Amino acid sequence: MSRFSLSIAAAVAALLCGVIFVTTFERPPVLSSQGGFRGLSMGDVQNPRTIPARLAANQVPEAPEAAETDGPKAHETYENVQVLRDLSAAQFNRLMIVMTEWIAPNQGCGYCHNVENMASDEVYTKVVARRMLQMTHKINSEWATHVGQTGVTCYTCHRGNPVPTMVWSTEPNSRAGLQAPRGQNHPASSVGESSLPSDPFTPFLLGEQQIRNISATSLPGRNSQNIMTTEWTYGLMMHMSTSLGVNCTHCHNSRSFAEWAQSPPARTTAWHGIRMVRDINMSYIEPLKPVWAQHPNGPAEGPHGPRLGAMGDPLKVNCSTCHQGVNRPLNGAPMLRDFPELKQVNQGPLRSADATPR
Amino acid sequence: MAEYQNIFTRIQVRGPAPYPGVPLPADNSPREGTPSEVHLFGRLGDAQIGPFYLGYLGMLSLLFGFIAFEIIGLNMLASVNWNLSEFIRQLFWLALEPPPPEYGLRIPPLNKGGWWIVAGFFLTLSMLLWWVRTYRRARELGMGTHVAWAFAGAIWLYLVLGFIRPVAMGSWSEAVPFGIFPHLDWTAAFSIRYGNLFYNPFHALSIVFLYGSVLLFAMHAATILALGRYGGEREIEQTLDRGTAAERGGLFWRWTMGFNATFESIHRWAWWFAFLCPVTGGIGILLTGTVVDNWYLWAVDRHFAPAYTMPWTPAIDPSIVQGAPR
Repeated sequence: MSRFSLSIAAAVAALLCGVIFVTTFERPPVLSSQGGFRGLSMGDVQNPRTIPARLAANQVPEAPEAAETDGPKAHETYENVQVLRDLSAAQFNRLMIVMTEWIAPNQGCGYCHNVENMASDEVYTKVVARRMLQMTHKINSEWATHVGQTGVTCYTCHRGNPVPTMVWSTEPNSRAGLQAPRGQNHPASSVGESSLPSDPFTPFLLGEQQIRNISATSLPGRNSQNIMTTEWTYGLMMHMSTSLGVNCTHCHNSRSFAEWAQSPPARTTAWHGIRMVRDINMSYIEPLKPVWAQHPNGPAEGPHGPRLGAMGDPLKVNCSTCHQGVNRPLNGAPMLRDFPELKQVNQGPLRSADATPR
Repeated sequence: MAEYQNIFTRIQVRGPAPYPGVPLPADNSPREGTPSEVHLFGRLGDAQIGPFYLGYLGMLSLLFGFIAFEIIGLNMLASVNWNLSEFIRQLFWLALEPPPPEYGLRIPPLNKGGWWIVAGFFLTLSMLLWWVRTYRRARELGMGTHVAWAFAGAIWLYLVLGFIRPVAMGSWSEAVPFGIFPHLDWTAAFSIRYGNLFYNPFHALSIVFLYGSVLLFAMHAATILALGRYGGEREIEQTLDRGTAAERGGLFWRWTMGFNATFESIHRWAWWFAFLCPVTGGIGILLTGTVVDNWYLWAVDRHFAPAYTMPWTPAIDPSIVQGAPR
């Protein structure tokens, strides 16, 4: 082999390494701030060059002027008002306008209503919207352990989309043959492009499978969790980390992932968040499955797009649905404060048969 | 005159004619192939390629190794539905996993970890035969068997990870998957499940020997290269008949740190550090889950995990708070 061909080979190899390096790594310097006891490296690492884009992508739309709370009630003014009946008509109209802006800005009222007869329940999305309003109310009233006083609105998830962009459905696992599927060992964005189990949501955020793997005693004998189950938990944790744009040390002292007494307070918030997401998926999303099953491609008027996953299950919620890459959704803006209407949702059973939980 | 003293040498180590090697004792198969010389190899080491000694141990070892390699590769290819471009794209993520926990130490169906057992069997056989080969080749050449025993250290760690510890734990599922990223994820999950290997003293020892090997290697290699102008690479001659290179190398370290190894003993240092790295590591792995289930709590029990206060109010496990959701 000649000197020339050696040089060519070296140049090609250097170019390849260069491309991999440039496309894989973020340029230094990064900002690192220390949180825990000195020297523990419980740092929060942020790239200052990606922060502006993330801030810009998580802005709250301007709130319209507050509506009068007195005057006739919505259920007195309009027909078939079930969950927002106690609002004033002005508040009711204000909420309808912002909901259109938040959820279906391109489709308008017609996304949920028959515009000829606004009271009619014939468009299925209206039936879904009622349940979603009840869900929002429940999150804000019963899950303050996770959402605090900041609370959530429709916009926290929807961001101007009829179907929130960051949702999940159970992965099909039907492939059989030389190797039975294990639900892992393929690059998956859901777990930070690792080879960990790519659908940790079905067992942990829909089911109630045990997340904890680490023994509470130093000696063996009492813990049936194994390395394989640990990889599933690990997958869930990678999802949480990437969804919130934080390191492991945001919630854990990595010397002992299990020990609560050494964990930052954010871990408690996250613990409640996991239970909250389970509640959303099991009490609100799953029971609406028959409604979506009748309209698997969205309402007749569009926008058309799948309302069910590959296994025929509804599109469900995980951490990224609200967080979208930031530690506090919408950068922690207290959006709910401007919408007292969302706190007056009637939690009673719905009259429309399709919308009652099964 | 050619120089042989820089990190990048310009010398090609070539004899006037390819060297066939010393005559082999009786009962040895002949060496295979006609020797040739490759310029690129000459830049990195000796330019001469071949002749090879294959023998039946080498043949069988390569064959069994190839079978294991094929089983792993075909299982990976099956996991992407035999799609070759996906196989290349996902190669680093693909794996052949050991059987799931429900099978314990029983033999599962082939597609549920059975192939892992078959691949592991052939790979182990291949490595053991290669070990015998390194031992026998050394003996036939009249050498000591240091290489074989160093290799045995690595085989010990491999057997602990894939066979001895899973058997002790009563489940194949405790073993390592075959795969690039998956075996790294396994390593992290292993440490997490067993409460942080950082607090495992044998893990610490293994790291000492790992980093120590690197340090010794760098010190020794740098010393010999630096002595190249005095013929320092003739280490064996200078062990028996200390020349100016050995004197200067020894003086350098004696003046720098007060103590120096000799041209002979530095190789014992390096051998033991390299050997003890997998041996202590294997002991640490073997104790994990069998004797100790949570290394962090074990370190707390023995008062060597430092206690410190966090700058926040200690959290309470929310699941034990009354009225908490499940």
